[in-house]
Order: sequence, then C-alpha cells, then structure tokens
Amino acid sequence: MALNRLVTRLLLLTAVMFAFGFALVPIYDVMCRAFGINGKTGGQYEGSQVSDPSRAVRVQFMSTNAGDMSWEFHATADQIEVNPGAVNQMVFVARNPTSKPMSAQAVPSITPAEAAAYFHKTECFCFTQQVLQPGERIEMPVRFIVDRDLPGSVKHLTLAYTLFDITARHPPVAPAATQAAR
Amino acid sequence: MMRHPHVWMGLLLWSAMGQANAAWTVNMAPGATDVSHAVFDLHMTIFWICVVIGLVVFGAMFWSMVVHRRSTGQQPASFHEHTRVEILWTVVPLLILVVMAIPATKTLIDIYDASESDIDIQVTGYQWKWHYKYLGQDVEFFSNLATPAAQIANQAPKDEHYLLEVDQPLVLPVGAKVRFLVTAADVIHSWWVPAFAVKRDAIPGFVNEAWTRVDKPGIYRGQCTELCGKDHGFMPVVVEVKSQADYDTWLGERKAEAAKLKELTSKTWTLEELVERGDKVYHTTCVACHQAEGQGLPPMFPALKGSKVATGPIQDHLGIVFHGKPGTAMAAFGKQLSEVDIAAVVTYERNAWGNNKGDMVTPKDVLALKQGQAQ
Amino acid sequence: MSAVIDDHGHAHAHGPAKGLMRWVLTTNHKDIGTMYLWFAFCMFLLGGSFAMVIRAELFQPGLQIVEPAFFNQMTTMHGLIMVFGAVMPAFVGLANWMIPLMIGAPDMALPRMNNFSFWLLPAAFLLLVSTLFSPGGGPNFGWTFYAPLSTTYAPASVTFFIFAIHLMGISSIMGAINVIATILNLRAPGMTLMKMPLFVWTWLITAFLLIAVMPVLAGVVTMMLMDIHFGTSFFSAAGGGDPVLFQHVFWFFGHPEVYIMILPAFGAVSSIIPAFSRKPLFGYTSMVYATGAIAFLSFIVWAHHMFVVGIPVVGELFFMYATMLIAVPTGVKVFNWVSTMWEGSLTFEAPMLFAIAFVILFTIGGFSGLMLAIAPADFQYHDTYFVVAHFHYVLVPGAIFGIFASAYYWLPKWTGHMYDETLAKLHFWLSFIGMNLAFFPMHFVGLAGMPRRIPDYNLQFADFNMVSSVGAFMFGATQVFFLFIVIKCIRGGEPAPAKPWDGADGLEWTVPSPAPYHTFQTPPDVK
Repeated sequence: MALNRLVTRLLLLTAVMFAFGFALVPIYDVMCRAFGINGKTGGQYEGSQVSDPSRAVRVQFMSTNAGDMSWEFHATADQIEVNPGAVNQMVFVARNPTSKPMSAQAVPSITPAEAAAYFHKTECFCFTQQVLQPGERIEMPVRFIVDRDLPGSVKHLTLAYTLFDITARHPPVAPAATQAAR
Repeated sequence: MMRHPHVWMGLLLWSAMGQANAAWTVNMAPGATDVSHAVFDLHMTIFWICVVIGLVVFGAMFWSMVVHRRSTGQQPASFHEHTRVEILWTVVPLLILVVMAIPATKTLIDIYDASESDIDIQVTGYQWKWHYKYLGQDVEFFSNLATPAAQIANQAPKDEHYLLEVDQPLVLPVGAKVRFLVTAADVIHSWWVPAFAVKRDAIPGFVNEAWTRVDKPGIYRGQCTELCGKDHGFMPVVVEVKSQADYDTWLGERKAEAAKLKELTSKTWTLEELVERGDKVYHTTCVACHQAEGQGLPPMFPALKGSKVATGPIQDHLGIVFHGKPGTAMAAFGKQLSEVDIAAVVTYERNAWGNNKGDMVTPKDVLALKQGQAQ
Repeated sequence: MSAVIDDHGHAHAHGPAKGLMRWVLTTNHKDIGTMYLWFAFCMFLLGGSFAMVIRAELFQPGLQIVEPAFFNQMTTMHGLIMVFGAVMPAFVGLANWMIPLMIGAPDMALPRMNNFSFWLLPAAFLLLVSTLFSPGGGPNFGWTFYAPLSTTYAPASVTFFIFAIHLMGISSIMGAINVIATILNLRAPGMTLMKMPLFVWTWLITAFLLIAVMPVLAGVVTMMLMDIHFGTSFFSAAGGGDPVLFQHVFWFFGHPEVYIMILPAFGAVSSIIPAFSRKPLFGYTSMVYATGAIAFLSFIVWAHHMFVVGIPVVGELFFMYATMLIAVPTGVKVFNWVSTMWEGSLTFEAPMLFAIAFVILFTIGGFSGLMLAIAPADFQYHDTYFVVAHFHYVLVPGAIFGIFASAYYWLPKWTGHMYDETLAKLHFWLSFIGMNLAFFPMHFVGLAGMPRRIPDYNLQFADFNMVSSVGAFMFGATQVFFLFIVIKCIRGGEPAPAKPWDGADGLEWTVPSPAPYHTFQTPPDVK
C-alpha cells in the first residue's frame, strides 16, 4: 500500500537525519582541520622539512588554566623566532601544588586560524594526559615545525594551550601518562 | 552627502525625541576606529537601502489600501501573473545585494587582518569578570565590576556609568595596533567594545583573534554579550586609551608594582607590620559593610568584633576572605587583593577591636592557598 | 484555481463521542486540531506571562522583582515555550483542521498517530515547566542552550529539559509525517499539487523541514545527555570535543526551525489577502517556488548566527552571501502579496487587518534581517537588543499575527458563528500598537549597545526600556481579550453561512458552517 511505503520512507528519513546529526561530529572535525577552525591542529606530524633561513616567523606561547584547574602552568619563554621548515622546541612547565594526585589534559589552539594547518607538532605533551603527584613539577617539551608553505602574510602566530583538570574523569591511577585518543 | 545620518534617522523614526538627548539614542555610534567607522557607514548604507525599498513597497500597499478599497466602488481586476515583472523583481534585488556585498566583503577582510600588531593582549573571560594579560610584559590583572551593590539594589542613586565601571580597566596606547587573543576559562563569553566594533566570542579551550587601533584617547565601555550564567549582565569591559607616554608610565608602574608585590610576598613579616598594613586595607575594602569598629550592620553584614569567624580557626577565617561566602554579600577577595593585603587584613581582623588572638597569616600562607586553588 | 463541487456527498454517520473520553481518545482531525489550538493558546499565555516578568524587571534599571538567576530561567522558558509550545502546535492545529478540508480528504492519513502526537505535548511541557520548581531551578541557559553553560555548568534539571525536548521532537516529527502522508495520499481526485492552496503547499514544505531538522535537534540534546551523564566529550574541549560544534549542530536545526515557524503563516496569508482583495493570488507558481527556495536556502545559512565565534573569513563570506540571497525569494513573496492587493476591491475585516500588518511588519523584520546578514555590521548587532527586535518583528507579526489572521478567517467555519467584528478590530489595533511599542524601541537600545539577556542595564537605556515594557504589558493584556472574543464566538453570534467571505476560495467553504464532524467522506470532484 502506498501509504505504508510513504510512511516507512519518512521514518527512514527521520532516522537518517538523526544519524546525520551525529555524523556532523566527524564532518566538523574534518572541516576544522582543513580550514583551521578554532585553530585546531593535526595529530603527530611524521614528515620532515628543510629549514628556510631566509624567513623568520615569530611564535608566541600562551597558557591558560581552565576554570577550576590549580596547577602552575607556563612556557619557559614568551616567544621565539623560528625559520619555516626547522624543528623547534619549547618547554612548558607544570606543577601540581595541591595535596592530591591529579591528571590534566592540555588543548592546543593556533591563531591566526589560517596558520593552523601549517603548524606541525612532531612531539607534544598535548598528545597525552599528564598525571602529577602532590608537589610534583615536570618540564614538558613541544617540538614543532612551521611549514615552509606558510602564507607570506602570516608574520607571527600564537600557540595557546588551555589546561583542563580531568581528574574526575580519568583518575590518576598510575604516574605514567596514559595514551589519549587525540 | 548626509553629514549626520543618525540625527536624520532619529527624526525619521522618533520624530518627537530626535533631539540630542543621550537617553533617547536611536542609532549606533560611529565609534573611535577606522574599522568602526567603516562598519557604521556600512550600517547606514544598508539602512537607507532598506528605507528606500520600504518606501516603494509600503507606498504601493498604502496606495492600494486607500484607492482600491471596495467602499470607493472599486471593481477587482483579475490579473494574477506577469512574467516580465516577476523576473524584474527577482533580478533587481539580486543586483542590489551585489552592490551591498562589495563594501561588506572589503570591511570583513580588513577586520580579519590582525597581523603585524604592536601589542598582544590575552583576554580571558571568567564567570563573571575579565582577565587581561599583556603578553611578554609580565603584567596581568582581573577587571571586576565596580558598581556598588547598593546601586544595583536601588538603595543608592545610580552613577552615570552604572554597571559599566570596573576596578581596573584595560589600558591601551593610542594609535597602536593591538591584537586581542580572546579565550575563556569556564563557559563561552563574548568581549565587546562598541566604539571599536570589536566583538569576539571567548571560548574555553580555543583562542580567537581580534584587533583594533584607536584614534583618540578616552574611556570606552562595553559588556559581555554571550549569556554566561547568573551575572552575565554584570561583567563590563572598560578600556582606557592613553597617549603613548602615559601608557608607558602606566605600564612601568604596573611592572614595578608587580615586582614589589612579589618581593613583599616573599619577605618575612612581623605581626605588627601586618596589622599596620591590614588596618589600611580594612579601611578601604571592608569598612563599608563591616564598619569602622568591626560592629557590622546586622543582620545583612555581621559584626567581626568578637565573631566566631574572626576568633575561630585561622584557616576558616582566611578561607572566607579568600573565597567569599556564597549566598551572602561577602565577596571572594582572593582574586581582588594581593597575597600581602589578604594576609594583612585577616591578621588585622584577628587582632583589632579586642579580638586579640595574637596569631597571624603570612603572605606565603595565602600564596599556598591560592596555588591550591583555581588561578 | 477553481474548485467546483457538485455534491458534498458526506454520509451523515455518527457524531462525536460524549464526555471527556471524546478528547482523550479522539482520532478526528477537527477534534485534534481544536485541542492543538487550545494547547497552543494556553502555552502562548504561559510564555507570555514569563515575558511579562522579564519586562517588569526591565521596566527600570536596578534589580527590583527577580534575581538574575531566575531572570535567566524566565528568558529561557519564554523562548522555549513560545517556539515549541505556542507557535509550532498552533500551526499543527491549523494544519489538522484545514488541510483535510482544503484538499477534500475525510481525515488525516494517520489518525491514531495524530492523537498520540498531540498527547505527547502536554506531557513534554508538564515536564519542562515542572523544572522551575526543582532545586537549582529550571533551564537558565537561553533557548539556544549553548554548551558548556548547558552541560558542565547546567542546573540538575537539564536532564528533564532534554527529555522534554525529545518528547516535543517526537511529537513534531509524527505530526509532520502525518501531514505529508495526508497531502500526498488523500487529495481529492483532480486536486493536483499545483492546484493546492498555498497553505497546503507551505505546510508540505514545512513538514519536510521538520523531518529534516527535528532529528538533528534530538541528536544534539542526546549528545548533551551523553556528555552530562555518560562521560563523552562532544562539547568539552578537555576531552577532545568542541563547544563550537554544539552551535553548528544546533543552528543546523535552528535556522530551518525559523522557517518552520513562518512558512505556514505565509501560506495562510496567501489565502486571506486574495479573499479580501477579491482577486486571485498574484504569482501562485512563483510563490510555490519561492517557498521551496527559502526552504533550501535555510539549510546553508546556519552559521550567520555565529559570525562572532571566529569562523575563517572564507566561511563568513559564504554564509553572508547565502544569507543575503534569502532576501530574493522573500522579496518575491512580498511583491506578490502587494500585487494581489493592487487593483483589488479591498475590505478590512480582522483577518485582512492582521494579514496586512503581517506583510508590513514582517518586511520590517526582513529588513533588519538583511542588516544582520552583513557580517561586519553583525559584529555590532550580534547578541544585542537589535537582534531581539529583529526576531520579534519576524515572529510576532509573522507567526503570531499569521495565526490570528487564520483564526479569525476560519473561526466561522469552526464554530458556525461570526465573531464580533468590532471587538476583533479592537484586538487588532491594541495588538498592533502594543507590539510596535514593545519591539520597535528595542532596535534603538540594541544599536546604542544594550546586550540581550541581561536583567539590569545602564541608565542610558532606561527610557526606551520603559516604553518597551508598557507596550509589552499592553500586548499581553490584549491577548486575554482575544480569549474572550473566541469564547464569545463559540457560545453564539450571528450564524455563519458556508462561505462567510465573498472573495474566499477553496474547498473548505463548500462544507456547511460549522463544519460537520465528518466531511468529504466521499471525495469532492475538483476540476
């Protein structure tokens, strides 16, 4: 009967659109990486590039603690000059001043957003979660390459980390950092 | 062509009140930057295009309503389509839109070009205050609403800048390109200064960019524009734009202050020194509610003289001064006062008005508390 | 389009069942339509009373009546109830009553589902409104419920809010399926798609919009639920999610939702203006295409609600251009209505007054919408009272006046009595003046810099806010008067003929007034 077929199709359409709502999550993620929405950066970069000494880009470092995060958290320098293509390193410092073990996740963001796709991290503490015992202090390196294809209009960029307390969600069972899905 | 279009708009839209009475402002202000002027011009252009279209469309309607009414003996026509006219009124609006899109695109691209800034400032939204950090300068501070609670509760006359006043404004030099790196620590906020035409969402975990270059010194006011919870309406933005020389002096003072505070915090204090300093802090910060002799104004503002808090466990006392007391008028001073001033005022309260506990809180104790808490 | 009816041909079978169970168990499209309309009106008064609280607090600067925390609950509930409780159910009510009558169908295609989709609504809103009495209060994060304010920082009652949204969503989707099935399957012989009244057309398109976006809304609140209770991180940056994603998904639903609330009004007005101009609708075909174009465009403009979240410049340009394009089909509609009036033979009964006000005021809302579409200018307008003015100009004279116009137009058919024209005109003028007094000054305070959703404001905004509040009180009180007019019309009045409006056209006017309990049991013949 035509009515049954029509209603079945409409119900199917409803289900498809419900699924589409969830599909927007990965679609958005792909769009973010492609267009640098929110300054999102990719995962670990495996490639290597040759340094371009004729050009210098200023990279600025920013660190923010999310609302209820009590760690000390900062970069060891405000900014550095880098050559596109070269591998650079910056060390961030974190200390847990509280009397209980805690775990944390750092979330990176690049501005200007169009530079995000040209900022490659070969090693980053944001790939994993950090667990610190009471009073413990660690130095956390981030190694990165600014792509040689970075548009000429970008003279400086800012790498910002926001540190979130995730103790409630990921109790710090072992001091060893657990691999995160990022 | 139109030198003061906003005045004309006022006359048009609110003819009785079109005069220059600030309270009856009907239009956007042109603002204080090139971008804000460009945005204002754009706004007025679209406005006038809309007015013209409106006059034509509504004119035709009203003509019809007056002339083509049945009471005038009008016989209805029977036409119901006209292809050429229909194509015309599809294409003409399209052309008008293209004309509007050109300057809009230009301005937008300009707004997005934050490169080659002179100063970078991190703006962080908190529930419910702003935090400013001058990147590379070691200067950072919170900017809290300064309007007294009594004005909000209608117990005192309201100032001109009611709800648009802060304790420490953001200070910028005139003529410099300032880049704002906007983020948030808890929920989404939005940082807006109308005079700069800068509005950017502050999103936890991510950084947004905006910039401005202000032409003339002055004080510019704005507000948070993204619903961020209970006190969304009570976290204004105030920006003071100074001449370069005044700005440099200000920045120097802030740096010196920060250095001095660091030194004071690490210094070893005696009880007498803390009480002496605490006396001053108390009489600027606490006296309005708790009164000069610690007698308070019960029941709203409890006495401190002989109170359970000021003579009880010292950590609890410090905790209340630091965190405030939810559900009461007692604010959290942990982020408003320095470690030294908190230590001093708590010590003072425990040793004044016959409280004579003889114990003290040191700035290092406060620092320890602070580091055990949210930054 | 002309529908010629040889014979009503309805078998006079049984009337409605007696007593309360008639309403609980009914599968009759007219009964269900009536229940939808009454439910919508109750919600309209409830949502309106929340607006009165808001306007009372904003009457003067300073905090007088409510705490900021409760104020936020009022703005949130006002929005949710007006959108999901008043406007959408009112249109579903009109669809239930009129679509079968307009296409010559005996009932809706799925009458039992129809009953169920109605009865979900009182449950949903009972759940939603009850949260106001829960500890911690009801939803306080705005009707747009942006994460993380609505997830990590939400009151405990957010879970009930989510379930309420789910129930409303299921109800809307079932209603939409029913409308589509009715229109596609039950049209009388000869009633081709391009002969359908525009109200049927706009509802058909609206129903497809509903099926396309209500599941997405259900998806986004499900993600919230999972974030809150099951440890996922769709919208939390800490776990690899993104709060901005929430806004993208929400507005993917939210923008078409705006058209869901306006398209049926377009359709109703397209019947009413020709009726009182005594002239066929100008450009029927282009009206249909324009509606389709608006519906299509509504899917690619969502990010214009997010111009200040920091979308890359290319994205901003795309959404700006796409949004501006909506002005074209909308303009076509307005021009068509004006041309319909042109050289007609106009009279100004209440439905026509509301319809004309609809066209004028909706166009003003369209103008401010065009201004908002310009991204750089939107940086100044965004989240100020200018936006509040804009969407109230679109929704009050758009959706609400559209519903009033429809109600007056079809009341004689529903009740068998003419309503009191003098009182109805008074209702119109009080609503018209109150509405403009309430919302026009909001343009001014918005441009002067007043953010939306704040319980207190600087003194410079005081005068216009007071004007707004006076207008809002006037508008609010007037709607209680509308209740009186409707009850008066139900209880008596001049008996209405089958076709009380001499210029009206359509199958619904071929059945007697009031419409019998069962109509078109043998389909009419449409030529």
